[in-house]
Amino acid sequence: MTRVRTGGVRAAVGAVLAVALTAALAGCSSTGGKRAEDARKAAAAQGRAAVNTPRWTFAMVTHSGDGDTFWDIVQNGSKQAAVKDNINFLYAHSDEAQQQAQLIDSYVAKKVDGLIVTLAKPDAMKTAVEKAVKAGIPVITVNSGADASKAFGALTHIGQDETVAGEAVGEELDKRGSKKALCILHEQGNVGHEQRCAGAKKTFGGEMQNLYVDGTNMPDVQASILAKLQSDPSIDAVVTLGAPFADAAVQAKKTAGSKAEIDTFDLNAKVAAALEAGTLGFAVDQQPYLQGYEAVDLLWLYKYNANVLGGGKPVLTGPQIITKDQAAALKDYAERGTR
Amino acid sequence: MSAAAPPEPAGVDHVDERLLRTSPMKKLLARPELGSVVGAIAVFVFFSVVADSFLRASSLGTVLYAASTIGIMAVPVALLMIGGEFDLSAGVLVTTSALVSSMFSYQMTANVWVGIGVSLLVTLAIGAFNGFMLTRTKLPSFIITLGTFLMLTGLNLGLTKLISGTVSTKSIADMEGFDSAQKLFASHVTIGGVELRVTILWWFVLVALATWILLRTRFGNWIFAVGGGADAARAVGVPVFKTKIGLYMGVAFCAWISGQHLLMSFDVVQSGEGVGNELIYIIAAVIGGCLITGGYGSAIGSAVGAVIFGMTSKGIVYAEWNPDWFKFFLGAMLLLATLLNAWIRKRVEATK
Repeated sequence: MTRVRTGGVRAAVGAVLAVALTAALAGCSSTGGKRAEDARKAAAAQGRAAVNTPRWTFAMVTHSGDGDTFWDIVQNGSKQAAVKDNINFLYAHSDEAQQQAQLIDSYVAKKVDGLIVTLAKPDAMKTAVEKAVKAGIPVITVNSGADASKAFGALTHIGQDETVAGEAVGEELDKRGSKKALCILHEQGNVGHEQRCAGAKKTFGGEMQNLYVDGTNMPDVQASILAKLQSDPSIDAVVTLGAPFADAAVQAKKTAGSKAEIDTFDLNAKVAAALEAGTLGFAVDQQPYLQGYEAVDLLWLYKYNANVLGGGKPVLTGPQIITKDQAAALKDYAERGTR
Repeated sequence: MSAAAPPEPAGVDHVDERLLRTSPMKKLLARPELGSVVGAIAVFVFFSVVADSFLRASSLGTVLYAASTIGIMAVPVALLMIGGEFDLSAGVLVTTSALVSSMFSYQMTANVWVGIGVSLLVTLAIGAFNGFMLTRTKLPSFIITLGTFLMLTGLNLGLTKLISGTVSTKSIADMEGFDSAQKLFASHVTIGGVELRVTILWWFVLVALATWILLRTRFGNWIFAVGGGADAARAVGVPVFKTKIGLYMGVAFCAWISGQHLLMSFDVVQSGEGVGNELIYIIAAVIGGCLITGGYGSAIGSAVGAVIFGMTSKGIVYAEWNPDWFKFFLGAMLLLATLLNAWIRKRVEATK
């Protein structure tokens, strides 16, 4: 009995394998895929160092969780600048404040020549950043923590003011005639997210509600937005705080039969395509590539020439509101991972 | 202890238990999912009262969809728990499965169905690996699958970044085979104005299949036997190892279905997703009456657990409550359901 059964299982596995292999040989797709991408990639800028300064080591420590597309783009910017400036670029991240602080400590102990830090949880980073400054390591803060940056002794801050970005969204929603909007937060307890929604609420003439969703579970994000749209058909605008969630909102809207316009923070290839197609209203870009690129480049300028951009005031990389008109031009850049 | 015990119903004579006729009532009380059904009704009535849009047909469709995405995985996880084991890698395995099909199709510029087939093989292999490691090393499944969980989390991120250059996959929506795959894994039908997702159908079929396996097949007996006591089961000739490996492959198979749903509904996959979902599947199984120690539980119970989960998570949205409290409700519900189950079991055993 058992013997027969095992044989059966083996035969089944064999059959599945055979089918898969045959399909692999015969089943090529004539559309999309890697081949199309390769065809698209004509002549991407291959970097060579443009300067002959010493090979300094710069390290970046962010509050990114694992697998966050946004920080990929930031890193792409940093790496590009590092190649150009002849920099050895190191990167580490942790979404746990304590671990992020420890990572900063270890780079200070390693005596890197420059540090790039995000201050999503400023209080927890205070000691570590001050230690770095005391050790003579120039620090630049990026993305979050504009308020704390100077007090901690950082050279400058590069990023988007979350409240200002939110305010821009509120104004844009007003311009589009929205009356009742929904702000989708995908990370409970993220200060920057709260600031964005609060900023939007401040300038928005209509009513705005917050909706918290579990960002690590996409079907659940979709079902939650769907539930909200069903419970309140008068909602005419939905703002998501991250690019991947815009698509979930679009699908929820379709299912709910809602007429709400979907808008989002951040840009990616899909958002750019959706903007062009008109399924999304607008996107607020804070240009993550610029945050990574400028941080490395400004550190280099400081080491080489003691320059400080912005005179110590935050250098804003956003908010840039992108609508249908600009989307087509940005799509290719988003696809290669720099927008 | 005895002070807390409920009063015995009047009129129970102490006759030989074999001569007692089991009343349908008692039979019902002995079902593992009874406690969760009572809980589900309570949650349903509760949200029907406090959230006026909860009872709308379209809302119930949404609740069912939310329940189905949990429920598809809760079924094999419940079976595995009845068999006495855990799988902490189930949450990220769903993401792995979606990543494999997406990246294989994309990188090879192959028909989407090829990627789906390759993904099935890879996912089943990971399930078999879990079962094989467990039976070979005799380490607790908690440790083995925790290891797999961490390795898969790292592989998901590392390999995706290595192959695609970013942490999410590229869109495969424009590739051949996508439309038909989407029909199978992520389509929906509209019945009487209510949009029902195909995952609900998948879920019902899986629950029915698992119930049939548990109650009507030899393999079902083996599952109860290895969960109740592996050594005793081996002594009477139950192939313990094979049963456990089979159960892990069952989890893998359902992770494959969930993963394809994830991929087909969004056409790109974020490689960091899925972490934490394994606990949600376990919660659904436990609320549904599965014993953490194994040997007791049902597939229908896991479905009821998933429905409770869906009703609570979406009910809070319909009721327009502050979702800060969601996890608290979930925890309270888990405790209540488990206590209710334990209480009912004790009663049933006492009045036998």
